[in-house]
Amino acid sequence: MNPQLLQLICFYAFGFVTAAAALSVITLKNSVHAVLALVLTFFSAACLWLLLEAEFLALALIVVYVGAVMVLFLFVVMMLDIDQEKLREGFVKFLPVGLIVAAVMLVEMLGLIGVRAMQAKVMGADPALAAGMSNNTEWLGHALYTKFLLPFEIAALILTVGIVAAVALTLRERRDARYESASQQVKVNPRDRVRIVKMAAVRPDEPTAPQEPQP
Amino acid sequence: MISLAHYIVLGAVLFCIAVAGMFINRKNVIVLLMSIELMLLAVNMNFVAFSRFLGDVAGQVFVFFILTVAAAEAAIGLAILVLLFRTRSTINIADIDSMKG
Amino acid sequence: MGLSTSILLTIALAPLVGCVLAGFLGKFLGRAGSHGVTILGVAVSCALSFYVLYQLTMGGAAEYNQNIYTWFQIGPFNASVGFMVDRLTALMLVVVSFVSLLVHVYTIGYMADDDGYTRFFSYISLFTFSMFMLVMSNNFMQLFFGWEAVGLVSYLLIGFWYKRPTAIFANLKAFLVNRVGDFGFLLGIAAVLYFLGTLDYATAFAAAPGLAGKALQITANTQWDAATVICICLFVGAMGKSAQVPLHVWLPDSMEGPTPISALIHAATMVTAGIFMVARMSPLFEMSSTALSFVLVIGATTALFTGLIGIVQNDIKRVIAYSTLSQLGYMTVALGVSMYSGAVFHLMTHAFFKALLFLGAGSVIIAMHHEQDMRYMGGLRKYMPVTWITMWVGSLALVAVPFTSGFYSKDAIIEAVGLSHRWGAHYAYFCVMAGALVTGLYTFRQMYLTFHGKERFKVVEPHGHGHHDGHDDHGHHEPGVLAHAPKESPWVVTLPLVLLATPSLLVGFFTVGPTLFGNWFRGAIRVDEANDVLAELGHEFHGAAAMALHGFTQLPFLLVLVAFAVTTYIYLFNPALADRIKSALRPLWTVLDRKYWVDDVYFALFARGSVLLGRGFWKASETALIDGAMVNGSVNLVHRVAATMRRLQSGYLYHYAFAMILGLILLLGGYWLVGSGLAGH
Repeated sequence: MNPQLLQLICFYAFGFVTAAAALSVITLKNSVHAVLALVLTFFSAACLWLLLEAEFLALALIVVYVGAVMVLFLFVVMMLDIDQEKLREGFVKFLPVGLIVAAVMLVEMLGLIGVRAMQAKVMGADPALAAGMSNNTEWLGHALYTKFLLPFEIAALILTVGIVAAVALTLRERRDARYESASQQVKVNPRDRVRIVKMAAVRPDEPTAPQEPQP
Repeated sequence: MISLAHYIVLGAVLFCIAVAGMFINRKNVIVLLMSIELMLLAVNMNFVAFSRFLGDVAGQVFVFFILTVAAAEAAIGLAILVLLFRTRSTINIADIDSMKG
Repeated sequence: MGLSTSILLTIALAPLVGCVLAGFLGKFLGRAGSHGVTILGVAVSCALSFYVLYQLTMGGAAEYNQNIYTWFQIGPFNASVGFMVDRLTALMLVVVSFVSLLVHVYTIGYMADDDGYTRFFSYISLFTFSMFMLVMSNNFMQLFFGWEAVGLVSYLLIGFWYKRPTAIFANLKAFLVNRVGDFGFLLGIAAVLYFLGTLDYATAFAAAPGLAGKALQITANTQWDAATVICICLFVGAMGKSAQVPLHVWLPDSMEGPTPISALIHAATMVTAGIFMVARMSPLFEMSSTALSFVLVIGATTALFTGLIGIVQNDIKRVIAYSTLSQLGYMTVALGVSMYSGAVFHLMTHAFFKALLFLGAGSVIIAMHHEQDMRYMGGLRKYMPVTWITMWVGSLALVAVPFTSGFYSKDAIIEAVGLSHRWGAHYAYFCVMAGALVTGLYTFRQMYLTFHGKERFKVVEPHGHGHHDGHDDHGHHEPGVLAHAPKESPWVVTLPLVLLATPSLLVGFFTVGPTLFGNWFRGAIRVDEANDVLAELGHEFHGAAAMALHGFTQLPFLLVLVAFAVTTYIYLFNPALADRIKSALRPLWTVLDRKYWVDDVYFALFARGSVLLGRGFWKASETALIDGAMVNGSVNLVHRVAATMRRLQSGYLYHYAFAMILGLILLLGGYWLVGSGLAGH
């Protein structure tokens, strides 16, 4: 079979799955199902990127999005007690408007892009190989760690800030729960906890006097 | 034979689906956030395609950064969502209008 | 030995140091400390000034002209601080520092009880510094600095007793009138810069002959001669500072200041700055006979008509003030006939005898417990002999009795005007000649009213109630009633009087030859051959004594004798006659008493006019335009726009999202249209 034809078939197959899954994301009633449809969208998009020989990004998309972001979405959706029906109010009412807007935008975009000119652009040799690299990951990594080093570091900083912000936003002290305070535990002093009391020995032969509590 | 046009059209379709999704799910914040993710995917699709067809690594590097920032954005967005639900017991956008002028 | 920069800097800065010390540390230094440092500073300047004059005159030192410090530089224009010391400057330095020193000493006695003692010493030292900067300047910029600085100190000192409304009014008036003059002066400096391209004296004067033929294009058909424009503008500045008609109105009112100030600033030095300036600019003024005619006419008018007002004044200081105006007119007349050295010579002699008269008047005022009205004086000669004699010396010099210094300067001016052929010289000759008579009238009248005749005051010994000798306590309960008999002033007051009386008598006799006819000012003053009346006069000069003897037979002296005879008869033998003359000449008297209504006209025209104009602007631009339209209008606009716009802020996320997407669609559509339109071409 002609490999180019196979590629084209693969593109249409994955492209159709991507578009269909994206449509399900916005139409499915159940949010959990919508998230799962989004996962499917990302999967098929990653496959399309593999067709483009962008292997690193395709795998990163799956690891970062499917593995992390989508799981986060699932957590949130499942954690929150959401009244699904209430949220779908106006779905039918706004469907025509949404479709019209989307159609107009699509027409405008395609008109602007000039599809015909783009059709002339066909895939050439793998640019990574053309640049003298052995594969896509090396190509990308080489660029990232040389030319784009500063943005790369800044991206790391943004992620850190994102983590801190997410934690700071959601952290709360629950008044109704009991929990241990580590710092207070460390600061404990033996004197505060244990009191050594000296008592006079009691002889058994003497009559028992009423014992006075030690001051 | 796959041309650049294929990918660009697919990106445009994805973007418009996301726009439609923002319209018809106007009350559900979670779907709104997912629509934003779809839009970013459409943009990324374009970047990767152009990078491949024009042989320029910068497009893929940009996608890398978009993924990074989008992950941070999703995390913070969901954190805000959780906080919102905690304080208001709802994520219905129709109920949230304290910014009304 | 030449003049060193450090000597000149010391001359200028020593009074400034005294001023700063007395002004800022006056509380710590105390009264004695304050007058000690300021007098020391001025004494140092005075000694060095004499040294500089000696070096320039006899020591054979070269003239000094050097920039010391660059203030700023704009393109080719360089503003620097520098000194130009030639004989003209040296003479001014000596006059200023000498009179200033004596006034400093005098002030110890005059201001003894005043609360503002240290402040006063600080001011007069500041004045001395400013005056030095003015006369020693070697460029127009520094001249203007000194010019404004002396104006500032004058303003401060006229309003020294700032709790008196009249003093505040007087210093405001002086300030405003001087602004008019200074505006002209500034325009003149700008014109110098425009036509000559420099503000440095030496360069500008060297380039001055190039002004001939240059003109300032006003309209298509009107051209003004460049030299005339420059000179008249500069002279307008001199008119303000030297109180020439019609900008003379501030000087009589400036008598609200303490008397030492009237002597130092408003008689001897500051008001003569205008004369000095014109003499300094002689190379420029020689380029325009139109400007000189203007100077001549203004000076002559001032000399005669302000003197006339002096005859009807009753305030002892005001008489001297009008006399000062008149004498400044004489100096200006001298300038107008290109007799610059005569003007400067009269400036010097006038500084001595007018300072003497003012300080003498101050001495009288002390004795009279701040009563200044001559109608309540009389017969003071037996109480204060030193003041009486020195005042007579000053008066004789003022009326130009031969052999006194005033004679040499004034008579030379009158003679020179008679010889001049300049347009307006005939008018000026009449004015200065009549002025001689007028001078005699008001001077002798003042002397008789003050020192001779019957005592018109009563001495009432205080019984029980408080003792009033504080200088702040100027409100006399009843005019002509004194708490105790007048007595001679202390030595700090009389010593300056004696020290000023000596040069008033003698300085003219010894200096008239070289200064006027000996070409002493060569290099400093430039006179065109054709205009040089002094040279013409010089042919007839055969020594100072001969000139004086000749003076006894001349018309001015005869006029003085007439004045002497008339006033002696009226005020010593027939006092009632004065009132009869007054009622007989009632209209004339009214004209003089109202000072030709100049003040009233200014008040009605300028003061009220400005108030009306200001009110108009206030109503039209402030209230209506700025407050109404701009301030409140913008607030209302913002308020209205915001009230409409706030409806757009629904607070719903999806509305904002919808707006964004709508914007995106419009943007894309716009690009599409533009793109297809471009493709179509």
